[in-house]
Amino acid sequence: MMLFQVRGGVKLSYRKELSSESPIVRMPTPKRVCIPLQQHVGSPAEPVVEVGQWVGKGQLIGRAGRGISANVHASISGTVIAVEDRVAPHPSGLTQLTVVIESDGADRWAELPQPITADFPLPATPKELNDRVAAAGIVGLGGAAFPSAVKLDMRYKYSIDTLVINGAECEPYITCDDRLMRESAAEIVDGVRIMAYALAVEHIIIAIEANKPKAVKAMREAAKADSSIRLVTVPTRFPMGSAQHLLLAVTGRETPADKRTAEVGAVVHNVATARAVSMAIRRGEPLVSRVVTVSGLGVREPANVEVPLGTSVEDLLTFCGGLHPVPTLLIGGGPMMGAPLPSVHAPVVKGSSGVLALTASETNEGPESPCIRCGKCVTACPAGLVPVEMAQLIRRGDLQGAKAIGSQDCIACGSCSFICPSHIPLAHYFSFANGKLSALDRDARQQDRIRSLVQARNERTAREAEIKKAAAAARKAAKAAAAKATAEPPTQLLEEST
Amino acid sequence: MSTLVNRAGPFTHTATTVSSTMVWVMVALLPATAYGLWLFGWPAVILFFITLGSALAIEAIMLALLGQPVGARLMDGTALLTGWLLALSLPPWAPWWIGVLGSFCAIVIGKHLFGGLGQNLFNPAMVARVVLLISFPLQMTLWAAPAPLGSEAAPSFMQSVAYISGQTPVPEHMSAATSLGLLKTEVSRGISVEKSTEKLPPLFQMATGKESGSMGESAAVLLLAGGLLLMVLRIISWHIPVALLGTLGALAALSHALDPSRFASMPIHLLAGASVLGAFFIATDYVTSPVSRSGQLLFGAGIGALTWVIRSLGSYPEGLAFAVVLMNALVPLIDRGFRPRVFGRSWRGKSLEVKSQPRIHI
Repeated sequence: MMLFQVRGGVKLSYRKELSSESPIVRMPTPKRVCIPLQQHVGSPAEPVVEVGQWVGKGQLIGRAGRGISANVHASISGTVIAVEDRVAPHPSGLTQLTVVIESDGADRWAELPQPITADFPLPATPKELNDRVAAAGIVGLGGAAFPSAVKLDMRYKYSIDTLVINGAECEPYITCDDRLMRESAAEIVDGVRIMAYALAVEHIIIAIEANKPKAVKAMREAAKADSSIRLVTVPTRFPMGSAQHLLLAVTGRETPADKRTAEVGAVVHNVATARAVSMAIRRGEPLVSRVVTVSGLGVREPANVEVPLGTSVEDLLTFCGGLHPVPTLLIGGGPMMGAPLPSVHAPVVKGSSGVLALTASETNEGPESPCIRCGKCVTACPAGLVPVEMAQLIRRGDLQGAKAIGSQDCIACGSCSFICPSHIPLAHYFSFANGKLSALDRDARQQDRIRSLVQARNERTAREAEIKKAAAAARKAAKAAAAKATAEPPTQLLEEST
Repeated sequence: MSTLVNRAGPFTHTATTVSSTMVWVMVALLPATAYGLWLFGWPAVILFFITLGSALAIEAIMLALLGQPVGARLMDGTALLTGWLLALSLPPWAPWWIGVLGSFCAIVIGKHLFGGLGQNLFNPAMVARVVLLISFPLQMTLWAAPAPLGSEAAPSFMQSVAYISGQTPVPEHMSAATSLGLLKTEVSRGISVEKSTEKLPPLFQMATGKESGSMGESAAVLLLAGGLLLMVLRIISWHIPVALLGTLGALAALSHALDPSRFASMPIHLLAGASVLGAFFIATDYVTSPVSRSGQLLFGAGIGALTWVIRSLGSYPEGLAFAVVLMNALVPLIDRGFRPRVFGRSWRGKSLEVKSQPRIHI
């Protein structure tokens, strides 16, 4: 199949071999899990359990909030011992409302919805399937954690004809999708077919990066189940797994800036998401665990582990033999777009594709030196931006100037920082600038609001003053008239008398 | 174990550094340089090392004066490369102070007065060459005839020291005009280019470089090999060299076809003078060239065109240094006008419009 040219990107050293040959192992149920109520893009879920209550595995503990949100379920059975703010897997180190469950050791499932086991065409409407996916709390497991049901609902807003399944896994180290495709290809393909049915699309494209030949083989075999599925090997080039870029590569459709891929008729889902959909429909199981790659030269036994959500990173690392004494950095996600973990007590969440303990030789940080304008960042930028110029403007404090040349079109892939021979943290500048810009935006909106309120108030008081004045004038006139009347009664009387 | 870092990712980094890049450029220059040093003998060797040494020394002094980390910055190799490129552009038997003064112009005026590494508008080596050429036209246009080390004509080490120190003038019979210089002189005497071309060394010799000129003007083939190495290593891209040589070649071919008595042929333009050195090593200087691909194409084409204009219509036989410096001045403008297209946006910056109206099916 023909592939389309995608600009930019970088060649990385992948180090996937650290964990790519380790089959997925199930982690034993931890003693305790801390499940944050916001593990997804959108508003946090609202807790529906109380301290002291027993919950079964798969029981709803957080109901989706307003707008875009997702359900959250208990990942083990046991007693809720706290619903409180706990450390979240976010580099800020801020806390988040979290349900803490102490295991009863039984790992007993709660009552689950009736599975749909019939073959295609499914005896369920797309709406029913969507509702089930939403109820199961499934979000994009590639890392973005966007609620999947919202994406499946796109067909009611846009005309969708293509479903792209993202098996690119372009981040170094991360091999959880690779292993899933090798070991659970049939389940993934089943999930893909369910989603395709729910979306009523004509084309299904499964895209896998060329550095995963075994996964390609397994998926090709499994995809024979449905003739409308095409399997595509895409070049190994970061950030091929970016939904917009992958879509461009396999269909030639370029998603307009600030828009969703649905705008050009396509929805992109990750392979692990497809498997989660299959589990939710075929077994009724909500999303309570995910496969996490634990890797990096700092980990004693790199592995791909199926982890109950909410398990602490510490428990997970202990399961993988602990750390060598050397690591310098603990990362959640991949090394390109992941974020430092604030603490080993942070939990594994739906979006955690990896937990990496990296050593200095892997991060290869260096002292920053002056920019030599080599232009490598410009060539590497998959968004078509000029990082060197934007960074210059941001350094100077000219955020609006940076915005004017597209800083907000940055996809934060980090290719520019990676390739910079002077070790300039370009991506960091852009996330700083964009954070600041949105704060300014918020402020400006608030100022506008205040201004309009003040204006309204002024107008109202002016109006009221006007009315008062008019009333006063009227009163005065009336009074004057009355005074005149009382001053001239004799004539009146006279007149009357005459 | 500290897990907190105060910056966003990525947490992996390419192995390429500024100094590794500079080292590779020097490696690419090595064959042509070694050949040039051999071809012009001890005087060239002495001048080469004086130029490089003074460039390093002046850089160190400037860094110390400006309060920058001397050791780290000196080791990045940029000053060494500047000195190297300057040395390649000088007449190989020029007196020692030409080298030192050149290094001073390049490092102090060309680089640090603009704010140091990465801030300079003009290519430092070319600034130095232009200053020297205008200030010392005699010394800068006295070219030695090839006298390879070990040959009979080659001066001894002591003799060479005498030439370079300026104690003994370079004897008349040891100097020769460059090919481009010869053509220019003859045209000014009313002799057609066609005729004077016959006096030039054959093209093969021009390509392999056994002719008079600066070291960087001699071995076109070796410089080309070095340039191709840089392309293979992805240190430079094809855009600037191809645009430069393509434009220069096209103009030369066209003008020669129209009036062969006035304009030299394409191979002479490409092989003689500093065309190849300029295209692969000078115009591609990161700091002073545009950052976008489209900008680089325009920049390269501009240098090629200006070089041809100065060589063919101006009064200097070689115009590459001027062309580079002139185009350098346009780089900020080019960078502004030639940005890549942003993903999902039109060239004018508007969000792309969806072409076909979506077909609704529920």
